[in-house]
Amino acid sequence: MRLTVNRKTVTVKAHPLTRLLDVLREECGLTGTKEGCGEGECGACTVLVDGEAVNSCLVPVAQVQGTRITTIEGLGGRHPLQSAFVEHGGAQCGICTPGMIMAAASLGPRPSLDDIRTGLAGNLCRCTGYAAIYRSVQRAGKR
Amino acid sequence: MQGTIAGRQLLQPRSLGDAVKMLRDEGPIVPLAGCTDLYVALNFGTLRPTRFLNLWNLDALRGIETRGTALRIGALTTFTEIITSAAIRRRLPMLAAAAREVGGVQIQNRGTIGGNVANASPAGDTLPVLLAADAVVVLRSAAGTRRVPMTAFYTGYRQSVARPDELIVGFEIPALRGRQWFRKVGTRAAQAIAKIVVAGVWDTARADARPRLAMGSVAPTPLRLSQTERALGSGASLAEAQEILQREIAPIDDLRSTAEYRRQVAANLLGQFCSVRR
Repeated sequence: MRLTVNRKTVTVKAHPLTRLLDVLREECGLTGTKEGCGEGECGACTVLVDGEAVNSCLVPVAQVQGTRITTIEGLGGRHPLQSAFVEHGGAQCGICTPGMIMAAASLGPRPSLDDIRTGLAGNLCRCTGYAAIYRSVQRAGKR
Repeated sequence: MQGTIAGRQLLQPRSLGDAVKMLRDEGPIVPLAGCTDLYVALNFGTLRPTRFLNLWNLDALRGIETRGTALRIGALTTFTEIITSAAIRRRLPMLAAAAREVGGVQIQNRGTIGGNVANASPAGDTLPVLLAADAVVVLRSAAGTRRVPMTAFYTGYRQSVARPDELIVGFEIPALRGRQWFRKVGTRAAQAIAKIVVAGVWDTARADARPRLAMGSVAPTPLRLSQTERALGSGASLAEAQEILQREIAPIDDLRSTAEYRRQVAANLLGQFCSVRR
């Protein structure tokens, strides 16, 4: 099965029902994407499929052939969102952070606070409140 | 993940015709749409079926169109597509309101209206909307197409009239007159399964119009509240209608709420529905 992950074509051997999450972490070695709840509640495993945020723990890999998959690694490390999370305290323990950033990346440029709240409603952080996370996304939009 | 995919099989139909033939000839097979319910069960190790049918690439099952006065929604239409559809916003705004309350954005991007109906949870967010809207479920099998009113679709807890060889392909919704109303009561705005979910339509311009009202999470199936509707349509007071409502619903205690709380909230919601009307 051939996939396009972070703009590269990769060939994977996984069973077609394998979770996209497992293919990314175990076959592609992209461990930035985290497993949290395994039931679509926490958003830690969020990646983009054709630019749309999805929970990769709920997507069989057979359903993403022919799409563009983007993981946290695909943002390159110096993406405005990544820098803003570091500068404004948007990350604490880090487990929810890749999913938060990928969900934020699927919002348009300069999202309003309301857009951010709605867009990140499917991402849970258990360390802290959400204020620093929302602030980081807002500041990234202003860069 | 607690479940395993070892020994499971995915069939990949190339067309709707292919899919219904596979259902007839190679069953039992469980159709997979956005997987936002089935993969939760897989992850928890409670998914029993071993053979699945991948519907995701069958674009014939996607989309929203208006045909004459009716609205037609393909079974694979996602909640995000429903939220952003101009036709839905204009003609069935209570469905957009329901779709906005399904999970977070990630779930809305994958979850489908056909999946919501097929999953048959009494708490399904869009089900009271389809019931109150007098929607028709379109079922396809290798033998042909049949149409079942949503009000006759569910027969018991997670049971429906759909046969194992039939696929839900879409929904037909007649033109609605009057004000549409939707409310979901849960623990949190996003990501919460409903303690109670309700949808209603009431054409207040016509003095003789009977309201249409449906509720979820108050019985083994989502319920159309026809006795309560009849009472309200014939001029009963709110207190009388609330009494009839209490006889019509049968909520239980579960991990999300209690029967007593649900009865109280159901009565309050009926009050809201009646006050919105004025």
